[in-house]
Amino acid sequence: MSATALPPTGTTARAARGGVRRRRLRIAPYLQAAPLVLTLLVFLVVPIVTIAVVSFWDYDAVRVIPDFVLTNYEELLGSAVTWKTYLNTLRYAALAWAITLPVGFAVAYFLAFHVRTVTWQMVLFLVCTVPFWTSNIIRMISWIPFLGRNGLLNRALIDLGVVDHPLEFLLFSDFSVVLAFVHLYTLFMVVPIFNAMMRIDRALIEAARDAGANGQQILWNVILPLTKPGIAIGSIFVVTLVMGDFITVRLMSGGQSASVGLMIANEISLLHYPAAAANAVVLLVLVMMMVVAMLRIVDIRKEL
Amino acid sequence: MTKSIAGSTSALSRRQMLKGTAAAAGAAIGSGAITGFPTIWAQNIKNVTLRQFGTGVSNLNALAEKVKEDLGFTLQMTSLDSDAVTQRAVTQPKSYDIADIEYWICKKIFPASVLQPMDVTKIKYFDKIVPIFVSGKLTPESTIAQGTAPHSVSFVEGKDSKTFAKQPTQWMTLIPTIYNADTLGIRPDLVGRPITSWKDLIDPAFKGKASILNIPSIGIMDAAMVCEAMGEVKYGDKGNMTKEEIDKTIKVLTDAKKAGQFRAFWKTFDESVNLMASGEVVIQSMWSPAVAAVRAKGIACKYQPLKEGYRAWGGGLGLAKHLSGLELDAAYEYINWYLSGWAGAYLNRQGYYSAVLDTAKQHMSEDEWGFWMEGKPAQKDILSPEGKVMEKAGAVRDGGSFQERMGRVACWNAVMDEDRYMVRKWNEFIAA
Repeated sequence: MSATALPPTGTTARAARGGVRRRRLRIAPYLQAAPLVLTLLVFLVVPIVTIAVVSFWDYDAVRVIPDFVLTNYEELLGSAVTWKTYLNTLRYAALAWAITLPVGFAVAYFLAFHVRTVTWQMVLFLVCTVPFWTSNIIRMISWIPFLGRNGLLNRALIDLGVVDHPLEFLLFSDFSVVLAFVHLYTLFMVVPIFNAMMRIDRALIEAARDAGANGQQILWNVILPLTKPGIAIGSIFVVTLVMGDFITVRLMSGGQSASVGLMIANEISLLHYPAAAANAVVLLVLVMMMVVAMLRIVDIRKEL
Repeated sequence: MTKSIAGSTSALSRRQMLKGTAAAAGAAIGSGAITGFPTIWAQNIKNVTLRQFGTGVSNLNALAEKVKEDLGFTLQMTSLDSDAVTQRAVTQPKSYDIADIEYWICKKIFPASVLQPMDVTKIKYFDKIVPIFVSGKLTPESTIAQGTAPHSVSFVEGKDSKTFAKQPTQWMTLIPTIYNADTLGIRPDLVGRPITSWKDLIDPAFKGKASILNIPSIGIMDAAMVCEAMGEVKYGDKGNMTKEEIDKTIKVLTDAKKAGQFRAFWKTFDESVNLMASGEVVIQSMWSPAVAAVRAKGIACKYQPLKEGYRAWGGGLGLAKHLSGLELDAAYEYINWYLSGWAGAYLNRQGYYSAVLDTAKQHMSEDEWGFWMEGKPAQKDILSPEGKVMEKAGAVRDGGSFQERMGRVACWNAVMDEDRYMVRKWNEFIAA
């Protein structure tokens, strides 16, 4: 074969192949996206649309009757209990967020900046996840014998002479609910913040120090702005988890406090599906608005 | 074999798994195919599997084992809480063959056409079933209690009918399995005074130490017993309240809650046991076996009879609509076995009551029968069906004999016409 014969053949071949590739390219992205689209369609869009549709149906003690009525929404939004329950849920979310954020930030900060070697960072990080090896219900229930009227803590306090009668607010109260939330969800704050902190270029901190910034200034003006995406992701986790929770509130308040999730669970258990669906739609809209608001403050995509 | 294990463990285990799956699939196909053919039943009954679901109280593995032994077929049990039972019964009627449900739930479920009534002529011991479930009267003189009395939902007009019959007919909806009379449980060592009335539940003396169960349709009944005892509310029928009666009842509860009367509300059996055993609560709505469970921990607990009477409940077995052919025959066989004594004795020994007392008596010792059914002091230690000591010799059952307890039922668990309104109000109480 001569050397001159080769280039044209190669070019045509490449051109021809290019044509096929270009044509294939047009379908390929769709094919590549198809599995995800299908999954989301079947497992996310269809169920949500179903919930929205059912929320307009009518029901009686046993049956769900296809219809188009607004009574579910009227009864929901017209009831003072709904508003009280939503406010209470928001309060839990706010309290849980306000505590998990500083705790999570502190833990992540310690791991990222005070622990020197990567090995120890990973070891300590894994230690943080150890509680997640058991079910969160078990982790929650373990608080009950600890905080109870005759529980370990009250016994200890009485034996030490700190108090003379058991502290009743410790269990089956808002205190115990928020405590359980903090215990369960702090890790969801630690992980994204830790991740964001690990991505910070250490040279920036050196530069800040060289420019004369003290530790506090570095924290406030360098580290905090750069970990904002992590904080935003952690906050979304914590807030959405608390907003949708029902079992923590039920167990830790001894069934005495209400949350939206609990309200929905009660409605489902009584076969009042349309009412539960309407409630779920309202909750979904509210949580979406909260997430959008958080994303407004921090543009996660830009900063990732 | 050994060689192949040494060679590739994962391949072998995968192959084993495939083999297992294939066998399971084969079995499934086999059992499914049976219904399609007219078969000689004695030969094929061993292949029948009946799937039963219900609340934990009567879904006992010991029963399934005994069924296998006595009847030869397999009974698969699934235990759920009472809310989940209702849901499953209505929304997944193909997922079970036998539903073990409560009578008040039956009132909700039967009109949904998921169960078929049973032909009483095929039920051997039908004539011996305790009359509460047939005529509604324990003895000819007794009055019928309020609420969803079992006999009122026990019969339907015909084989395909959904309307409950006023009189016994040939078609029975549920065959009673267990029932009991509920009252308040107390910690006699901690209450500090005799408890005699339902109204003691919201006596300020027990502030922060009381509990009520948070299953709306049952909790509202306990609440009604309390309000009636206090004289706060007069009811036409506690089992079917008017909106006004519901409002008043919920108000009494809400006021008590706001004053800090309740320590917690419970929803499951275990929760009620823990609340009582840990001393968080000294007086609360309770179920009989929960009292036994607290006592089993060595903690004093009494199922206190009260002057206003008991709130009763009952459960029974219903047949799924889709059952036919051999499986239907097996289901009838199972029900006849259930009423034939062994199961009844087993349930009686747990502190419940069984549907046919005559047959159960034959499977219990005289001492056991005396203790559980006649209110006599135990001669020897009373053992649970598993052989654990439940009561020491000399003990007397709280509340006394069967007649004394079931004869003093004030109200049955019920589902009301104003169910939807009641649930909304109950949720307001919980959120208050």
